[in-house]
Amino acid sequence: MAMLKIENLHANVGDKEILKGLTLEVGAGEVHAIMGPNGSGKSTLGYVLAGREGYEATSGSVTFDGRDLLAMAPHERAAAGFFLGLQYPVEIPGVSNLNFLRTALNAQRKLRGEPDISAADFMRLARTEADAFDLTMDHMKRGVNVGFSGGEKKRNEMVQMALLAPKFAVLDETDSGLDIDALKTVAGGINLLRSPERGFLLITHYQRLLDYVKPDKVHVLSGGRIVRSGGPELAHALEREGYGELAA
Amino acid sequence: MAANEQALALAKEQSKYKWGFSSDIESDFAPKGLDEDTVRFISAKKAEPEWMLEWRLKAFRLWQGMESPDWAKLSIPPIDYQDAYYYAAPRKKPTLKSLDELDPEILLTYQKLGIPIEEQKVLAGVEGARKVAVDAVFDSVSVATTFREELKRAGVIFLNSAVFSDGTFVYVPEGVRCPMELSTYFRINAENTGQFERTLIIADKGAYVSYLEGCTAPQRDENQLHAAVVELVALEDAEIKYSTVQNWYPGDENGKGGIYNFVTKRAHCRGDRSKVSWTQVETGSAITWKYPSCVLSGKDSVGEFYSVALTNNMQQADTGTKMIHLGAGSRSTIISKGISAGRSNNTYRGLVRVGPSAEGVRNFTQCDSLLLGSECGAHTVPYIEVKNPSAQIEHEATTSKISDDQLFYAQSRGLDREAAVALIVNGFAKEVLQQLPMEFAVEAQKLLGISLEGSVG
Repeated sequence: MAMLKIENLHANVGDKEILKGLTLEVGAGEVHAIMGPNGSGKSTLGYVLAGREGYEATSGSVTFDGRDLLAMAPHERAAAGFFLGLQYPVEIPGVSNLNFLRTALNAQRKLRGEPDISAADFMRLARTEADAFDLTMDHMKRGVNVGFSGGEKKRNEMVQMALLAPKFAVLDETDSGLDIDALKTVAGGINLLRSPERGFLLITHYQRLLDYVKPDKVHVLSGGRIVRSGGPELAHALEREGYGELAA
Repeated sequence: MAANEQALALAKEQSKYKWGFSSDIESDFAPKGLDEDTVRFISAKKAEPEWMLEWRLKAFRLWQGMESPDWAKLSIPPIDYQDAYYYAAPRKKPTLKSLDELDPEILLTYQKLGIPIEEQKVLAGVEGARKVAVDAVFDSVSVATTFREELKRAGVIFLNSAVFSDGTFVYVPEGVRCPMELSTYFRINAENTGQFERTLIIADKGAYVSYLEGCTAPQRDENQLHAAVVELVALEDAEIKYSTVQNWYPGDENGKGGIYNFVTKRAHCRGDRSKVSWTQVETGSAITWKYPSCVLSGKDSVGEFYSVALTNNMQQADTGTKMIHLGAGSRSTIISKGISAGRSNNTYRGLVRVGPSAEGVRNFTQCDSLLLGSECGAHTVPYIEVKNPSAQIEHEATTSKISDDQLFYAQSRGLDREAAVALIVNGFAKEVLQQLPMEFAVEAQKLLGISLEGSVG
């Protein structure tokens, strides 16, 4: 059974329908990429899956790990193992990265009926994951994303993902705004987290990331629907020919 | 069904203000109402000398001729001063040798108040507990002070209820650094009772003292008045840090009941290089109206004001500070964080005044307001009066709404909505909260979260 199963999903932002019957299945252990032109509904898909207010699924269904994802509150989705890496990570002044992550991790554990992580274990984990994505402990002690460069913010999303260890991650244009070294770091992190139990959906505008993270499948999103699916070669075709013809 | 829902709503409402219980303690009351006889009654109860009584009567006569000021951005219903008790004291033995002799109901009350764990230990006399001196003022009189002996040995004379019917007098002698936080819990318990404690703290040359007050009251439908006076005097090179965590009962969602918290707080930085720091976390009360102030007459003296004022539902707050710069080189810092939710109104009002002979004065003011929801109000009213051209005055102000982006971000990482709000609000208030002693900062953080429960729909 697919880990994430989206069936004929329709969703509105305000009064406007953005997703118009999207169907997609991602199995455990698989990495899928969604590509598409601006305004095709890529970010909306991420927000609808994560349960953001104002992004309303009007019909269709989303099953995650056998559960009705759309019936859950955003924090319940997180605790169930769903993660969304944001295209534009948000700053929260006055709340340290460490405090934010520990609060989030313990909130998830509580909802799953697990005990709090000990302070020592958490610090060890935080240090390891910060290292893995080239962030310093100084970054971890600063306000969440406050004073971070664009690349640092994206790497911080990866630190969060690695630390929260979700079952499934949707990464929304995590590659945009990264220089080549940062891109390699991020891609390396994704590859490291790839496992038979974990699924990924990479939302991206360019195939560049897919040179480093080899997807199992590539889908083209256009007009709120998947209009084409294929193997990794589809990404290259898109890069060569543009979305015009393929998305038509 | 409707009744069931009502009961559920009521239970929910009651669970929000966790300090809303009242304790069944036998009390001595003064006769209801306020006239010269009431004043004489209190004075007699405290066995005061004649001059004290005269001083009180003079104040009373002056007060009778005064009108309630109306310049604040507050809507205050007329207060019937005759419909209240002005003195209520737990009935007990005349002197207490130890906490064991305390009315068990009172001890139970402190437990229910959630007095910080460290302090509970202190109250319970647990060995090895961190030394925080706790003074508990119940309605009008102080019932127990821990560490009196130890403080005396440290050279701090700590006379409770000696001068006024209620409140505290602290004198820290020259060169003494008070070795622990001094802490007072104020509790209005009896019905229809006002609380009018007076606190005077004097730090002699080179002395240091840190003082914290916490306040709660039972949940009652009538409004109750808290009109206290706190005065601080710092001599040469002395420093006083005065922190308040105010959580008087705020009234219900429709503004019924709650404490009127009308308090005068002023400090005199009399000596050169003296310093007074006010920190306040104001989450309770139906109406909060106070301006902890500093008269900076010492050369190079320093005044600080750090404030978090949170209003929810129908609460009103008009609070801020006055920094009166008279001494050359005196400096002041004002950091005010206002948080408004529900249908509440929250005003920062602050005066920075520089006298003509005060050379080289500096002031920095920062006022940030955070709005939760669309029916609340935040207002910033700075008054700046500079009569010396060498002064440097800075004023920064921001008003923002709690951002949907931040809320969603925290929720998507696993926090429920209320936890997300609490986290973001605590981040907003951090600059002020970190001024509080550690254990009280933790309590204050929790308080901010609890006070906002249900405020973001």
